[in-house]
Amino acid sequence: MLPSPPALDRPLLLRAEQLKRQLGDRLLWSQLDLELRAGERLGLVAPSGAGKTLLLRALALLDPLQAGTIHLQGRPPASWGLPRWRSLVLYLTQRPVAHGGTVEANLRSPWSFQERRGRGGWRRERITDWLAALGRDPSFLAYDAERLSGGELQLLALLRALQLDPIVLLLDEPTASLDGATTGAVEALLIAWLGAGPRAAVFTSHDSEQIQRFASRTLELAR
Amino acid sequence: MTPTSSGALTISDGRLALSALLILVNVALSAALRLGLARSLLVASVRMVVQLLLVGFVLEWLFRQDNAPLIVLLGAAMAMIAGVSAVQRTRRRFAGIYLNSLLSVMAAAALVTGLAVTGLIQPQPWYNPQYLIPLLGMVLGNTLNGISLGLDRFMEGLRSGRDRVETALALGATRWEACQEVVRDAIRVAMIPTINSMMVMGLVSLPGMMTGQILQGAAPAAAVRYQIVILFMIASATALGVFGVVGLAYRRLTSADHQLRLDRLTSVSKQG
Repeated sequence: MLPSPPALDRPLLLRAEQLKRQLGDRLLWSQLDLELRAGERLGLVAPSGAGKTLLLRALALLDPLQAGTIHLQGRPPASWGLPRWRSLVLYLTQRPVAHGGTVEANLRSPWSFQERRGRGGWRRERITDWLAALGRDPSFLAYDAERLSGGELQLLALLRALQLDPIVLLLDEPTASLDGATTGAVEALLIAWLGAGPRAAVFTSHDSEQIQRFASRTLELAR
Repeated sequence: MTPTSSGALTISDGRLALSALLILVNVALSAALRLGLARSLLVASVRMVVQLLLVGFVLEWLFRQDNAPLIVLLGAAMAMIAGVSAVQRTRRRFAGIYLNSLLSVMAAAALVTGLAVTGLIQPQPWYNPQYLIPLLGMVLGNTLNGISLGLDRFMEGLRSGRDRVETALALGATRWEACQEVVRDAIRVAMIPTINSMMVMGLVSLPGMMTGQILQGAAPAAAVRYQIVILFMIASATALGVFGVVGLAYRRLTSADHQLRLDRLTSVSKQG
């Protein structure tokens, strides 16, 4: 485990300053500063409806920023280009979606995006290793993605994201549909993946034990 | 072969009034099944009769004019009404939707009708209202349907496909990569009625224009030629108009930062 609050000796990956989010008249959070260093697992703590998901979406720039700035490795989004930004600051939604076809076809599809041309590609053995770590065998790749259970869909979405090697992974309730054993396996896999490069994760969870267990640091959302 | 001289029997006022009784079929059906359409039917019938009678007068006056700007202005007014009506059949709105629809209708109709009067049919002069106005009217009527369908389908498609689109964006897709399926689907759906009607043309339906010409005593073979030209005009104008309006809506509902901007969409509560 990493030492608790901020690992200042580690390289700074993401810095957000003075972010604000308002929904209609309702101010969710404001003057929010956030720094993420390599290896950190930042748990977002806030009651439902406090805007945890919206913060993750804001970091991935899926919604326009209402105030403030974000930098990844010292560079603003415009200098990366938005598709590139999102493949480096990758958001995993609470409600994973798959398109028609097999699990493998779904895992391959992000490699076909313009953004990723000439940047490596699909590596089957890497995925099957991860599947093994999650207690699944390679036949999972041949499943019809539209018939997956909620938990299986969540695994698909996780693997689809991990294989792209983002710098910052934004996880919105990543294990909400998983059983206890698989949840443990996912956490172990994430820790191993985070350790393999200068990477960090921000996550939300309704399970306070998971936050205790998995977060290296927590952030409370407040107005 | 020009349909001005009367070849057809004249319908007297009394018989015209008699034809209105046919609408009682609809009213009876609506009453029996409690469709609640009686009011709409009545309003629609009255509007149809009044609009057409007025148009009859306007056209008679117009066909005597030899004034290009006036006729073009009238054509533009028709296109404006079409552009506005196209939007009114959709379930959602965004700022600029009327302008988008107007631009698309006008550009498509002007291009195709312009080509027809200068190249394909070549009336003398090109703005001869007896040709220009009916041709434009038919093109507009069909483009309008295409635009309504395409626009509605596109907006609903983005809403129902929101998770899918945003998942693609979150994985690094450009806005086009994320939305292209929805765009394609909208354009495809909007073109279906046009393609269907061309498929069964002459077998199931005898189009209005051709029927009119034949009633007026034109040789069916000549009327058919007009119909072929007009159908190609309709098909290409619909395609252009739909492509334009869906493209503009796509630009409006996504951002240059590759975001999906459904917050710009509002729904309308309306009946009928």
